[in-house]
Amino acid sequence: MEKFEKFSGVVAAIDRPNIDTDAIIPKQYLKSIKRSGFGINLFDDWRYLDPGEPGQDHSERRLNPDFVLNRDPCKHAQILLARENFACGSSREHAVWALMDFGIKVVIAPSFADIFYNNSFKNGLLPIALDSGLVDQLFNEFEANEGYLLGIDLEKQVVVDANGIEMEFDLDEFRKYCLLNGFDDIGLTMQYAETIKAFERKYYQNMPWLN
Amino acid sequence: MKMAKTLYDKIWEMHEVRRDDDGTGLLYIDRHLVHEVTSPQAFEGLEIAQRSLWRKRSILAVPDHNVPTTGLEHGITDPVARLQVDTLNQNCDKYELTEFKMGDVRQGIVHVIGPEQGATLPGMTVVCGDSHTSTHGAFAALAFGIGTSEVEHVMATQCLIQKKSRNMRVTVDGAVADGITAKDIVLHIIGVIGTAGGTGCTIEFTGEAITNLSMEGRMTVCNMTIEAGARAGLIACDQTTLDYIRGRPFSPQDETWDQAVACWSDLHSDPGALFDREVVIDASDIAPQVTWGTSPEMVCSVRQNIPDPAREQDPIKAGGMQTALDYMGLEANMPFDQVIVDKIFIGSCTNSRIEDLRAAAAVIKGRKIADSIKLAMVVPGSGLIKQQAEDEGLDRIFIEAGFEWREPGCSMCLGMNADQLKPGERCASTSNRNFEGRQGQGGRTHLVSPAMAAAAAVEGHFVDVREI
Repeated sequence: MEKFEKFSGVVAAIDRPNIDTDAIIPKQYLKSIKRSGFGINLFDDWRYLDPGEPGQDHSERRLNPDFVLNRDPCKHAQILLARENFACGSSREHAVWALMDFGIKVVIAPSFADIFYNNSFKNGLLPIALDSGLVDQLFNEFEANEGYLLGIDLEKQVVVDANGIEMEFDLDEFRKYCLLNGFDDIGLTMQYAETIKAFERKYYQNMPWLN
Repeated sequence: MKMAKTLYDKIWEMHEVRRDDDGTGLLYIDRHLVHEVTSPQAFEGLEIAQRSLWRKRSILAVPDHNVPTTGLEHGITDPVARLQVDTLNQNCDKYELTEFKMGDVRQGIVHVIGPEQGATLPGMTVVCGDSHTSTHGAFAALAFGIGTSEVEHVMATQCLIQKKSRNMRVTVDGAVADGITAKDIVLHIIGVIGTAGGTGCTIEFTGEAITNLSMEGRMTVCNMTIEAGARAGLIACDQTTLDYIRGRPFSPQDETWDQAVACWSDLHSDPGALFDREVVIDASDIAPQVTWGTSPEMVCSVRQNIPDPAREQDPIKAGGMQTALDYMGLEANMPFDQVIVDKIFIGSCTNSRIEDLRAAAAVIKGRKIADSIKLAMVVPGSGLIKQQAEDEGLDRIFIEAGFEWREPGCSMCLGMNADQLKPGERCASTSNRNFEGRQGQGGRTHLVSPAMAAAAAVEGHFVDVREI
């Protein structure tokens, strides 16, 4: 996993609550056995006017001109702004892979679904939960300013707007540490291999029917 | 005095390998269910990092999302889907994992076959790369869906890095009225607490209406916990649980059975245990439910009219309601008996077990599906359920009424195979998600119980099943 660096990026906003992972990446693309290549089908049903199937040339499809990610400069967005309960539904990590493959590094919303929130950190995507009043404000700013930019400083745990105003966000220490260093979870857990083995010996002694 | 603990606290403690100062724990996983869609990248990751599987026998694998439900003699004709199922087969063969391949009578939906085989036991931690893993919480097992990175993590270490969630309890007080099913109960709960009502929590379901349920019913309730935002649902272990488990292929036998039962007797929340959030629902308020929008919380009684966004105070919510009605092709204040359906789907990890099929068959028996229905299909949850239903003659009841009797799999719940809605088609579905495009691009899904789906099939529109 790449280290998460401080950056400033273009914002794209989708003004809908409860955006589900089926909308982020529709089922037909889950048949892939790879982790890459999902960006072209991010929000497929909203982004294109005609239906899509895996394997086809998606550059030939008709784009929905009203959809935010089809407009300049939002087609180069690195920050996605959304409403509450973002990415609810299916556990598909393909939703995270699709966002990242498109170029999104940060999603800002009042709240996230648990599984998506968890999956994000495993891939270096940062979900930032901000108070819904602040999110309202960011939506207004986005509407009022074409090419709206925000800065993200993970070390300081702040979102910074064009006027230098900082909005703090909460984050688990462990998750922050892994993102900043680009650490792989499995490697970290493997350090405790002996602890796990010791746990197992006792565990199966007490519960032999599970062994 | 011993501190009163919740059921969730107890299962967590049994499985906590270690804990960091900030509360991040390492949780031991007993059962890992694996299917074809969310595992290939995990197996590949292990291979690239040259890691081995920690405990192969914890894994039970099955292809379900992509499998066709008709024409099995031709195999999977979609080459992309076939590659995914072949990849699962190859990975399971290579690592010598237990897999029920296509054609095996034990094959079926991963959340149906786990309990059916006794592979889900009380007190276990159960994970799977699928959000409906919450189903297994019906057995007083801590069960939740994970992403592919965590699938790989469990394969390599038998553990997950987790922080404890909050404790929430939903009590459904009193008994439900006749004709009200587990599906109606859980849809009603989601309608009350909302689709994010359980976010960050593990929900324990209690109360007379819950304990009265069979294991099939309890699985339906826990299955849809994720639709209320909670990764895991739980129901305490009782005699109903033990009766279901006993004698199944993976269940403990003989003297270990008695030892296990003694241990499982503690799998309930202690009196006085503290919950971070409590919701109490009166069972007598629950009528047959139908969803009208594109989120499971957009649900109401079939006896009510379609809600009117103009009456919603919150402008964001009202906007969401209108977007949903537009997508669904519905008008505010319309009665449900004017909502004409095109297709009927009885199946999915929510409602494809033998009791679900019996409930639908009881409504269908001696009747025919309405002329306007383009397709009505029953997809049993596993090969064994299909066999049992056929032994009971349920297949004949469905076929004579005009239903198609299919092979087991996830099917039209998510339409990864050929079973899909066409744009604009309206479906009465016993599945779990009514999201835009879930059952096919432009498809319109109404979530209902098996009996309500059967009633809609007969009448051609929604109707209170108790009145036909």
